[in-house]
Parts: sequence; structure tokens; C-alpha cells
Amino acid sequence: MALATNSTRILVVGNGMVGHHFVDQLVQQSNEQFGNQAFQVTVLSAEPRLAYDRVHLSEYFSGKTAEELSLTTPEYYEELGVAFKTNARVTQIDKQAKIVTIESDEQFGYDKLVMATGSYPFVPPIPGNEQPHCLVYRTIEDLEAISASASESKVGVVVGGGLLGLEAANALKQAGLQTHVVEFAPQLMAVQVDSGGGQLLKNKIQELGVTVHTQKATQRIEKGSSCRYKMCFADGEELETDMILFSAGIRPQDSLARQFDLAIGERGGIVINDQCQTNDADIYAIGECALWNNFIFGLVAPGYAMARAAASHICGGELLFQGADMSTKLKLMGVEVGSIGDAHAKTQGALSFTYEDQVSGVYKKIVVSPEQNKLVGAVLVGDTSDYDTLLQYALNGIDLPEYPESLILPSTGDSKPALGADALPDAATICSCHNVTKADIVAGFDSGACSISDIKSCTKASTGCGGCAALLKSVCDSELEKRGVEVKKDICEHFAYSRQELFHVIKVEKIKTFEALVEKHGQGLGCEICKPAVGSILASVWNDFVLQPDHVSLQDTNDTYLANMQKNGTYSIVPRIAGGEITPDKLIVLGQVAKQYNLYTKITGGQRIDLFGARVDQLPAIWEVLIEAGFETGHAYAKSLRTVKSCVGSTWCRYGVQDSVGQAIDLENRYKGLRSPHKLKFAVSGCTRECAEAQSKDIGVIATENGWNLYVCGNGGMKPRHADLFATDLDTPTLIKYIDRILMFYVRTADRLQRTSVWMENLEGGLAYLQEVVINDSLDLGQELEAQMQHVVDSYQCEWKTAITDQQSKKRFRQFVNSDKTDENIVFVEERQQIRPATETEMQQFQQQQSDKKDKYADSPILVKAV
Amino acid sequence: MNATNWVTICQHEDLVDNSGVCALIEGKQVALFKIRSANDEKVYALSNWDPLGKANVLYRGLVGSMQSTPIVVSPLHKQRYCMLTGQCIDNDEIKLDVYPVRVKDQCVQLGL
Ligand code: SRM
Ligand SMILES: Cc1cc2nc3c(=O)[nH]c(=O)nc-3n(C[C@H](O)[C@H](O)[C@H](O)COP(=O)(O)OP(=O)(O)OC[C@H]3O[C@@H](n4cnc5c(N)ncnc54)[C@H](O)[C@@H]3O)c2cc1C
Ligand code: SF4
Ligand code: FES
Repeated sequence: MALATNSTRILVVGNGMVGHHFVDQLVQQSNEQFGNQAFQVTVLSAEPRLAYDRVHLSEYFSGKTAEELSLTTPEYYEELGVAFKTNARVTQIDKQAKIVTIESDEQFGYDKLVMATGSYPFVPPIPGNEQPHCLVYRTIEDLEAISASASESKVGVVVGGGLLGLEAANALKQAGLQTHVVEFAPQLMAVQVDSGGGQLLKNKIQELGVTVHTQKATQRIEKGSSCRYKMCFADGEELETDMILFSAGIRPQDSLARQFDLAIGERGGIVINDQCQTNDADIYAIGECALWNNFIFGLVAPGYAMARAAASHICGGELLFQGADMSTKLKLMGVEVGSIGDAHAKTQGALSFTYEDQVSGVYKKIVVSPEQNKLVGAVLVGDTSDYDTLLQYALNGIDLPEYPESLILPSTGDSKPALGADALPDAATICSCHNVTKADIVAGFDSGACSISDIKSCTKASTGCGGCAALLKSVCDSELEKRGVEVKKDICEHFAYSRQELFHVIKVEKIKTFEALVEKHGQGLGCEICKPAVGSILASVWNDFVLQPDHVSLQDTNDTYLANMQKNGTYSIVPRIAGGEITPDKLIVLGQVAKQYNLYTKITGGQRIDLFGARVDQLPAIWEVLIEAGFETGHAYAKSLRTVKSCVGSTWCRYGVQDSVGQAIDLENRYKGLRSPHKLKFAVSGCTRECAEAQSKDIGVIATENGWNLYVCGNGGMKPRHADLFATDLDTPTLIKYIDRILMFYVRTADRLQRTSVWMENLEGGLAYLQEVVINDSLDLGQELEAQMQHVVDSYQCEWKTAITDQQSKKRFRQFVNSDKTDENIVFVEERQQIRPATETEMQQFQQQQSDKKDKYADSPILVKAV
Repeated sequence: MNATNWVTICQHEDLVDNSGVCALIEGKQVALFKIRSANDEKVYALSNWDPLGKANVLYRGLVGSMQSTPIVVSPLHKQRYCMLTGQCIDNDEIKLDVYPVRVKDQCVQLGL
């Protein structure tokens, strides 16, 4: 075989997930094989950007940006010495001359050509399918189009009830559309799931508010009457919708192969051998465009396996592609679905066991070999906790236990025949995306890795689809344990305790300072992890002044200076405006203070007013004025109660049924200052219209005719969570009692920086358990929790009030110990009649001007014009 | 090397236990940290400029230790710096200036 020389030109057509993995693999294998970069690699991408993570494409709708999804960057390719071109669709291949041409007529020569052109969404030939708002789901540009269309639509239909279709339906649902799924087959996800599982899946998805229509063939798309369009079905029924998303399967992108005469399969796909070569030995095809053994693999892991095989062959290696496992586990709209191997029990003589629990909506089936000793397939809907174990049985041919059904039956006290990490053979594949076996992980530990994150970076395990995370953790934990490493929940290197344990120690041993705690139970000086956590626990338990000398060094800078640091080192000031209610006089004071100190003012998302741009030395003087006018600190800097938002309620609103403003003010005044594992946000709405958005808050209260409904553990922010309805029609004393108990229970048991939403998700027993503890007092803790809350309420002090009267802490608010000058790096620019921090360029320009002046440090803030 | 020229900047009582203050010396901002444990006390001096956050704020960072090395954590983006060497622990390419410092007769002095 001819060995590669560094003049060998490798041209890769398509920079999708697989094309990119190929580049990575080729570079890596070449370095291993030849000790250097033996190839000139060029990548041509039809898309306007380099490779991104299509598997997690839907996260674009939950706020991930194109950059966050990207798998590579121009800089990374440059570093590898890989040439690339985007917006470069290949239109011609000259196999004799070995030249390809792209849209712009530019030409590229090659020695080896790699086709990684993926697939395209199939749009069924329904008349009317080419109109605006008829879209597909494959690229970032498709998602942008869907977002734009959704914003002008009320109703959306997804055509196709497969894996992707349901993911698309979820996206439409989350965009607030009334969502329908139209499926031609009698069931959803017909490829992965059998009919029993399909039925249960349908029920679950309908419960979530998506209407599912199975066995429906669309014949025409016409103009609608109540909506933009009307879909007409073969059975005579009709469905009105504003937008249509086609997700009716994918087709291999093999048009180049067709046109330039490479062998393709009967139903498409570029035919390849085990080395991933097409019928032209110098042309390879990998990923979703390739047809191996008459089969197209529509998942990323098999594509990656092809990329490895092709790279190996080009480097002179032996690695072959020999098919791939198509098992999948996913969560669709919160419904867990898993499918392993022969889900439809097509294996000759195969037998199956089925378990169905219609009450909690769980369906499980295992398919076993005729001899009943091996697992050949499985379907799981509603609960995939058995997936990892079952997959290992199937992939590694592990002998089944005597009663195979015990693998899926709910455990009744006696434990399930567990397949611990130890029972797995060394050859067991742990991560199929990156082809990492248990042996690879053991080898990783042998050569020095000492944590899961080390293993992730040296093997790449769990950095693809992420489906193997739980299994990887259990294998790593077991390996670490074997090596005598205790798998710890320690908060950091200074304390061998979790946050909960520290809380307990502090309370039981009545420890009042960090110093005492380290002396007795820890080591070193502490760090940015344990110090604020201990500061917060000490405050929750004892509630002393946070700036008293024992505590001052525990706080993050925001807590130390009782204000939020901004990008240029100045601070923002957020006085409390309980419930969002404020008098004209107080508004005037805010205006006057802002004017006097030239602060930027903005209404926050929390119904109050933020004053930005105060220098550290100005904070005490500003607060003196604010406190004089009756303001208190708003704790915007602290992990504690932020705001209780309110709507105007029954006092003014014609629909209101209770005084939501009054209730919000009372709640805010009760819980202000409570230090907690993370910040807390409340809201109170005056009626079911919910103008205060209480269901997105840690504590949400909604007025009813008979009292108050309490919602808990909602969240906005990075990962929104709808709050759970905790109790209904409460009177105010009961409402307060429940909130006291819930919050104190959270303060005691949550991890550091864990919002109530995540705490709830991790709470064993979930909502029902919390209700037991709080409403039925199942742990007999109720009174203690209330008493502890009452202590915090009674010992409240406005920290700013204490700070400005305490000379020692006031001294902290100086920029310099030895001078009254101010920081010359704080430069503002005027914009829309207010100040803003200067940009870096503006700063440089300003410093240029200043450089010839002798003493650069000014006595007052610096203001320059925008450049 | 020449004998160090020690300049008094402030009084010992101006320092704060396990926390920082800032001094202005010949146009340069220097962060001063006093690290106190049960039986020991040390003072460190580093540049106050946060080269990653691009602001004069390091003296307002949280102070702690990493395997017995004293560290300060940037208040802006939480990068950690070794107080002995000025090396940024989270970015090999970043290193702060450090200055010799001592306490003599209750005066905090910087070696220039
Ligand atoms: C000022 C404000 C933006 C505005 O101009 O409106 C703001 C500003 C900041 N938010 Fe916020 N958030 C503000 C309302 C919100 C809201 C809306 C709300 O409260 O109703 C949310 C979503 C609701 C929620 O939290 O569930 C919000 C979700 C976040 C998050 C994400 C939290 C999460 O659980 O995912 C962070 C990051 C964090 O806390 O770790 C954050 C962090 C921040 C920080 C602290 C970031 C930082 O470290 O600098 C900002 C401090 C600004 C400052 O110096 O004052 N901010 N932030 C709002 C202050 C409200 C107030 O009056 O106190
Ligand atoms: C929303 C969504 C969710 C998914 N979820 C999962 C999942 O959970 N698990 C899983 O395993 N898989 C999932 N998949 C499938 C997975 O994304 C694909 O298997 C994988 O992306 C295939 O990679 P590829 O490189 O073969 O094709 P692609 O990623 O499609 O890349 C092909 C690239 O080639 C380009 N191209 C095509 N023709 C040309 C040409 N003539 N010239 C130049 N460039 C060209 C295309 O523009 C494209 O950029 C999902 C797919 C989608 C869309
Ligand atoms: S969303 Fe919040 S945290 Fe992000 S920039 Fe705006 S104010 Fe800052
Ligand atoms: S199986 Fe996909 S990341 Fe491991």
C-alpha cells in the first residue's frame, strides 16, 4: 500500500458532525502513526458556518447560541493546519482529473475525497407544501426561520411523529403555539418503539397539551379560514394551522454521487465497504449519506465510527466499520423513551416480557433469545432507569438472570439483579459516540487520571450525545473506589463535608465563626467555594451582621461592599422597593441621588430601580441619603430574597380577587435578609390571569376567591421551570406557615448555589415528599423550622444602616488606604443622556490624551465623549 | 542586587484580616493582603489591576488558600491568583506583578 506523504491532499465535502469528526480523527491518527501532520486537509462546507452540534440543535430554542453549539472554530482548524471554506457547496466532481468544483466555480484538487454530505429532510409531495411558513428542521437557519414564523403564528402542525418530529413539536409548544402532530403510521416513533409503547407515548404527549393525530395522510394544504392554512386529510377531515413543520424522515444527500456516477443504493445512499470507500477507491463516504450493508444509519455514533474507519484506512490502519448499535435513549417533552436492539421482536423465535403500569404511565418490554439466556431488544417508555443495564446485557451478550422479567419489574423490596459497573466485561462499550470501552477508562485511570473530568478529557467519553453520562459515572466511581479513592461529596479541599453536613455541624455544635469551623473541622484558609457557603450558613443559623469582622472576609465582593460590582469596578445600588410599590416622594429621592452622583438609572426586571456607576468610596454617602429617606438595602448582591413582584390586584384591577400588593409587601418584609443557598424570588398575583408571573418564581402566590394558591420551586433564568402547585385556597397564616417551613427546609438541605427548582428536581420523592414534610409534618420538624425562621425575621437588620453607623466597616469603602484620589480607570461616556462605562477603545483613546499629564489621578469621576 | 528601598505606605491597623486594601504608590495601584491564621500572619502585595476583567479591583477579591498557597480570587470573573508569585492559576499566560512588603514598627512598607 502506498504510504501517505505530506503532499497527500485530503478533501472533505461537508462539515457536519461526521465530517468534522473525520478531520479530528485524521489529524490525531496521523500524528500517532507518522508523528506529524501527514496530510494537506481541506474542508468544504455548504453551510455558512463550520460544524456544530446538530444533536443538541433544539437547545437553540432554549437559549443556546450558534457559538455555544459549534464543534470547532476557524482558529482551531488553523491550528491543526486544516484549510476550510464555508458557503462552498460542491457542484461537480471530476473523478479522472480528481478535481471538485464549488458553486463559485472555484476548483480544488484531491488525492482522496471524503463525502460527508449528511442528509436532507424529506418533504412529502403534498400540493401546497412550498408556501411560506412550511418549514423543515435541520440547520441553524431552519431554526431561525421557525422562530420567526412561530412569532406570527398561533397554531403549529408537525408532520411526522418520529423522534425528530416530537422534538420539533416540543419546540413549537415551548414557543407557545397550540401544537399538533400528524403521523401517517398508526403510532408515534414507529422505528424505535412497539405499538404498546407507542400508545402510552401518545397518551403522555397528549397530556402535555400536544394533540396527536395518527393514521392521517395529508392530501392538500389550502388557504385556511381561522388560520393561515388548512390541511385536508385523506379521510375527509381537516385541520387549520398557521405553520407547518415537515419532519417526515431524512434522505441521504447523495445527489453528487448520482450525478457523477458513484454507486448508490436502490433507495438512495452512497454505497460503501467496511473501509468506507465507495466504488471509486479514492472516494470515501461517511455519515448519513453513506449506505453500508444496505443500511443507512441516522444517528451520530455510527457516523463517528465510519469517520474513524475512513481515517484509519487513509493512514494505513486496519480499523473497519462493521455496523453499529442503533439503541437510543431520550427525553421528549419530559417523557423518557428508550429503545434497544430488536425492539419489534423480529428475531426468529424471540420471546418477550411486557410490563405496563397505566397509573403512572410506564411501559417496559424486553425481547429475549429463544433460549431465554440473552437479551436481544427492549422498549422503555415513561421510565428509562433500566436502560443502561439492559443495554449492557444486549451489547455484551451477558447471560440473563434466571427470571429475565425481574429486570423490568418494579422492585418490591428485594433488590433487582443489579448489573454493577464491576459486572461489565472490559470490552463493554460505555460511550458509543466516542467508542470508549470500559478497558479504555481503566487504562485512563492507570495512566494517571484521577477524576471523571480527567477521563472525559482523555477519552472524550460523554462529550457527544451525553446519553452515557450516568453509566460513565458509575464506572468511574467504581474504578476510583477500587483504587482506594473515596468518592466524596466534599464541598472543597478545605472541608471534608457536604453543605448539608456543614449546616448540621454549625447548628449542633453552635459554631459562630469560620475560624472556629476551620480549626475544628477543616484546614487552610478556605476558598471562594467554602467561604461564601459557610458565610451563608452562619447567616441562616445565627443571622449576625454580615460585615462584622469575623464574617467580612467570607463574603464575595458584592456582599462585602453591599452592592453589585459592574464590569469597570464600579457598583450598582438597588434599594428595596417591596412589592414594586413606591411613593412619589421616594421616586423623587432616587432621582435626586442619581442626579447628584451622576448615576445611570434603569428599571430592573424585578420591579425596582437600579442606580449604576457608583464608585466604592461613594457608596456610604449615597446610602446615608437613601436611608434618611426611608429606603433599605435590596440585597441585590446577596444570595437571599430579592424581590416579591406583584400585580396591582383587587384594590384597582377589575378582575382582582385579593389584595396582591399588600400580600407581596408583607411577604417581602417577612423574608427580606434571609440568607439561603441561592437567591430567592417571589411573586403574588391578584387573580388567575397571573400578571405577576408567580408560576416562574421560587415561591408563587395566586389569589383565589377563597384565599391563596401556593406554587413552589419555579425558575426563570437559564433553565426555566414551571412552579408546582403546592396547596390551594390557603388563608394567610397557613400560607406563611407553609412558606416558612419550605424555605427553612430548603436552606437546610440544598447544595450550595442550588436554586429551589434544581433542589426540587433532585429531592427524592419530589413534590409529594415536600408536601408530606410541610403539610403533614412527617419529619416532625415543622415547629423547629418555623422557630428558626422566626429567629431570622426577628433579628433582621438593614445591613446598610448598620454599615454607615459603624466606623470600622465604613473604613472599608475607600479605594486607597493612603490617598483620597479615585481610580483613573473608571471612565464614563454619555449615551442617551446618561453615563455608561467607556469601551476599551474609548479607554485607550482617553489614556493617550492623559499620558502627558503629570498626575493622572483625578478627584472626581471622569466623563468623556463617545468616540 | 541593591539594598531594597523600603517605603512606608500605611499603618498595620489599616489592613484587614484575610482581606485586602489598596494603596496608590507613584501612580501605581497595589493590593495589600493580610493573611492571618491561628499562629501566623503574613502580608502580600500584588498589582491591583485585573488583566482579564480589565479593572482595578483585585484588592476586593476573596482571599483563600489552595494546597497551602495563599490565593486571591478576582471579584469580576473569579480567576484565582497565587499571592506568592502572582501567577494566575486558571490561565498560564497571565501573571501579576508582586512586590516585596514588610511590617516594621506597625508600618506597612513596600520595597521599591
Ligand atoms: C438588574 C437585573 C437586570 C435588569 O436590569 O433588569 C439583573 C441583573 C443581574 N442578574 Fe438577573 N437581573 C435582574 C432580574 C432577573 C430576573 C427577572 C426576575 O427576577 O423576575 C431573572 C429571571 C428569574 C429567575 O431568577 O428565576 C434573572 C436571572 C438571573 C440569573 C439566572 C438564574 C437562574 O437560576 O438561572 C443570574 C445568574 C445567577 O444568579 O447565577 C442572574 C444574575 C444577575 C447579575 C447578578 C449578574 C452579575 O453577576 O453581574 C446581575 C447583577 C446586576 C447588578 O449589578 O445589579 N440573573 N435576573 C434585574 C434585577 C432585578 C432586581 O430588581 O433585583
Ligand atoms: C434536531 C435533530 C436532533 C437529532 N438528535 C439526535 C440524537 O439525539 N442522537 C443522534 O445520534 N442523532 C441525532 N440527530 C442526527 C444527527 O444530527 C446526525 O446523525 C448527524 O448530524 C449526521 O452527521 P453528518 O455529518 O453525516 O451529516 P450533517 O450533520 O447533516 O452534515 C452534512 C453537511 O454537509 C453539507 N453538505 C451537503 N451537501 C454538500 C455539498 N454538495 N457540498 C458541501 N457541503 C455539503 C451540509 O450542508 C451539512 O452541513 C439529530 C438530528 C437533528 C436534525
Ligand atoms: S441578562 Fe442579567 S446577567 Fe445577563 S447581562 Fe442582562 S442583566 Fe446581566
Ligand atoms: S454515548 Fe454519546 S456521548 Fe457517550
